[in-house]
Amino acid sequence: MRPVTEAELAEAIAGAAGPLLVRGGGTRTIGRAVGEVLETGGLSGVELYEPGALTLVVRAGTPLAEVEATLAGDRQRLAFEPPDLRGLLGREGVSTIGGVVAANASGPRRVQVGACRDALLGVRFVDGAGNVVKNGGRVMKNVTGYDLVKLLAGSHGTLGVLSEVSFKVQALPEAEATLVIEGLDDATGLAMLRKALGSPFDISGAAREGGRSLVRVEGMAGSVAYRTGQLKALMAGDVTVVEGAESAALWRRVRDVTAFAGRPGAVWRLALVPTAAAGVVAAIGGEAVWDWGGGLAWLLVPEGQAEAVRATVAGSGHATLIRGEGAVVFPPEAAEVAALGAGLRARFDPRNILNRGMMG
Amino acid sequence: MPVTVGVGILLVSRENWLYLFTNQGETAMEMPLPDTAILSAKARIVARLRGVLPPDAVIDDLAELRAYECDALTAYRCPPLAAVLPRTTEEVAAVLRACWEEGVPVVPRGSGTSLAGGALPTADSVILGVARMNAVLETDYDNRFIRVQSGRTNLSVSGAVEAEGFFYAPDPSSQLACAIAGNIAMNSGGAHCLKYGVTTNNLLGVTLVKMDGTVLTLGGPWGEASGLDLLGVVCGSEGQLGVVTEAWLRILPKPEGARPVLVGFNSNEVAGACVADIIRAGLLPVAIEFMDRPCIRATEAFAKAGYPDCEALLIIEVEGSEAEISEQLARIRQIALAHDPVEFREAADEAQAKRIWLGRKSAFGAMGQINDYMCLDGTIPVSSLPHVLRRIGEMSVEFGLDVGNVFHAGDGNMHPLILFDANKPGDLEKCEAFGAEILKLCVEVGGCLTGEHGVGIEKRDLMSVQFAPADMEAQMRVKDVFDPKWLLNPAKVFPLATSATRRAG
Ligand SMILES: Cc1cc2nc3c(=O)[nH]c(=O)nc-3n(C[C@H](O)[C@H](O)[C@H](O)COP(=O)(O)OP(=O)(O)OC[C@H]3O[C@@H](n4cnc5c(N)ncnc54)[C@H](O)[C@@H]3O)c2cc1C
Repeated sequence: MRPVTEAELAEAIAGAAGPLLVRGGGTRTIGRAVGEVLETGGLSGVELYEPGALTLVVRAGTPLAEVEATLAGDRQRLAFEPPDLRGLLGREGVSTIGGVVAANASGPRRVQVGACRDALLGVRFVDGAGNVVKNGGRVMKNVTGYDLVKLLAGSHGTLGVLSEVSFKVQALPEAEATLVIEGLDDATGLAMLRKALGSPFDISGAAREGGRSLVRVEGMAGSVAYRTGQLKALMAGDVTVVEGAESAALWRRVRDVTAFAGRPGAVWRLALVPTAAAGVVAAIGGEAVWDWGGGLAWLLVPEGQAEAVRATVAGSGHATLIRGEGAVVFPPEAAEVAALGAGLRARFDPRNILNRGMMG
Repeated sequence: MPVTVGVGILLVSRENWLYLFTNQGETAMEMPLPDTAILSAKARIVARLRGVLPPDAVIDDLAELRAYECDALTAYRCPPLAAVLPRTTEEVAAVLRACWEEGVPVVPRGSGTSLAGGALPTADSVILGVARMNAVLETDYDNRFIRVQSGRTNLSVSGAVEAEGFFYAPDPSSQLACAIAGNIAMNSGGAHCLKYGVTTNNLLGVTLVKMDGTVLTLGGPWGEASGLDLLGVVCGSEGQLGVVTEAWLRILPKPEGARPVLVGFNSNEVAGACVADIIRAGLLPVAIEFMDRPCIRATEAFAKAGYPDCEALLIIEVEGSEAEISEQLARIRQIALAHDPVEFREAADEAQAKRIWLGRKSAFGAMGQINDYMCLDGTIPVSSLPHVLRRIGEMSVEFGLDVGNVFHAGDGNMHPLILFDANKPGDLEKCEAFGAEILKLCVEVGGCLTGEHGVGIEKRDLMSVQFAPADMEAQMRVKDVFDPKWLLNPAKVFPLATSATRRAG
């Protein structure tokens, strides 16, 4: 099925005879669901773009690349830096903006500007019964009614199929620079990231990959130069500074977890208390790419270690299986929290047809 | 002077701008009739509450209950059946379990500064106040969070981390009084939200007690949902999904410095265009505040801040080191000068910075000197600013009431202040009608009814202007899951007719 209007989408869902597998580009789907494929790619196009108000309203099946190109045309961007996981997951296809929202896909800049859900101003979606629902809107401050916008972000298509999403976007900065810090072990290298994040220098990226810690600043040229200088004095280790395109390339690698692309093994995504990050990863073993100052760790380990991973993470965060076999994909939740999630799914999708089995 | 309020409106008197006044006569706001079975079982219910709480934590004396009869929307008052002031999550859970078993509605309360009637009780409800739960449970600078009990006031959260050079960003003007509990329930904003976001963007996790007494943790110091983002929907749910007893909040390192500039223009349109250009240029001021001529004049007469007499005025504040501030202000000056301002004034020192802010900060008080007024809270797309200001001006003539505009221009959150004379028969009704028209206009241009104050009872009946039945149905389903008996703050947010069958069930 490939509806091209919201009304057709609603009809397709209302009339569905069995489970539906909701698919944008299929480039970042995790979890295992079954059903007839419902493609959103037909719901495509920019509805409204107002650079002076930093607002973009776009249909959910619009390719991410098209969104990014539209914004770049006015020297703007999605602040939350959505990852392109095709290399990591070994997928082809065209990533859609609706898929980005459904996965709450957020990159390194999250430490400064928040996640996809924080930039998301409004949604339109069709629930599992075929009702068209809107929530939020296109303005930056809105507390009218419950915030279903946040609920839909990261719901992986289990509460409804997005038809339209609106964002607060961001102007491209004039300059960017990255401090590359070498010669530190993981624990010390991660401590440097936390030190940078605790400074007043408005860090827009704090990651560690391949034995190097990376700290990014963005903004007006003078300000970037000033903050780079101040940070250099704060950091231990061998510090070099890279700028512009060279800096941007480093962050694309972190964002897309390029280091693990094409390599065998399972990939886990751990959300962690930053100070626990080094210890948790050392205890599990394997290779890590750290982002968000240690708040996020991508971990490459041999298949079949699910129990060890989850047991070690418990109390310090949670673990999602991004690529791998066998294990439950989403982190197990406390029974009473899981019950709320199940209750919401049952209300929004009473026939249990949307991405059945995806999130539990 | 005493007045009544209607839909969408905060009323403020000339004598005291902070408070609302009750008209002894009838009000426009409908609340469900109290359940007589609960009223007559008061003694038993109170005894049950006493059984699970320390003696000083249960209030049932009518005189003492007066303290809980309203929030900052004081036009509506009703003493509750009882009030409880627990000190721990366990005590909160015990109270909720008891009320759930008895079928008694519960209204959570932080500091009672809601402008929307969010904490207004009904006669058959128990007020659950978290004011005694104000401890700091954990400060962790390395991981940049603080965990507090939810009754702690907003300002004292920043106060607890200030010495280490940190702050908690959301800063509503009521921050001296309002509690984190209320901030989370209303998803409150503040002067700095243009750069730092509102409560939901700075909230990492909560301990939540459901109406049936179940205690849950949503989110946590790692700041990311493990499944559905339930924390995201709890924030802003106006105390209808559960009682928040503890919260993990993001704290941020304080910037090195800040400085405002003042720019005066001869037209609202040009001021609006200047705002758009600044935003578009990628500058990120922490605040862009807007005042129009009626507001500037009132403020000058009152506070004598030395503002230019012009059509529209912007106050723009930037942050950073000395050099960074200069760099940003130079760019802002360049953009502003291209719009031919009547004045561009940069604060050379702390005293001048204070004077620039003085007028803005006295604006509400100054308007209150002229007359009674009501304050609206709708948000509009920034690009609609000139159109909306023009329409408000036209409506002002149609309704024969003056209106001043002072608001957060960077994010389109308007606070139009409609002036009226509460002693003049018919003025208030006109004012209410005018207010409702402005909010409808906000929705019409693509905005919303409330940007930061919440729906409560105040905007409840305008919800259908913004939402179709299916939109509200989807929201109410969330409440069905968290609170299937609809006992938690039930008569708020949704039009009474819309929620009637659920509340009856
Ligand atoms: C002078 C003044 C200036 C203001 N300025 C601003 C401003 O700049 N920005 C802004 O956003 N708001 C502002 N407000 C509005 C108000 O201060 C905010 O809405 C504030 O967050 C309310 O907090 P509170 O603790 O007083 O909550 P209350 O008024 O006690 O309650 C507000 C809501 O929260 C619910 N609630 C309370 N405690 C809990 C709990 N533990 N668990 C679940 N729900 C709970 C209540 O049921 C109610 O629905 C202002 C108000 C005043 C009077």
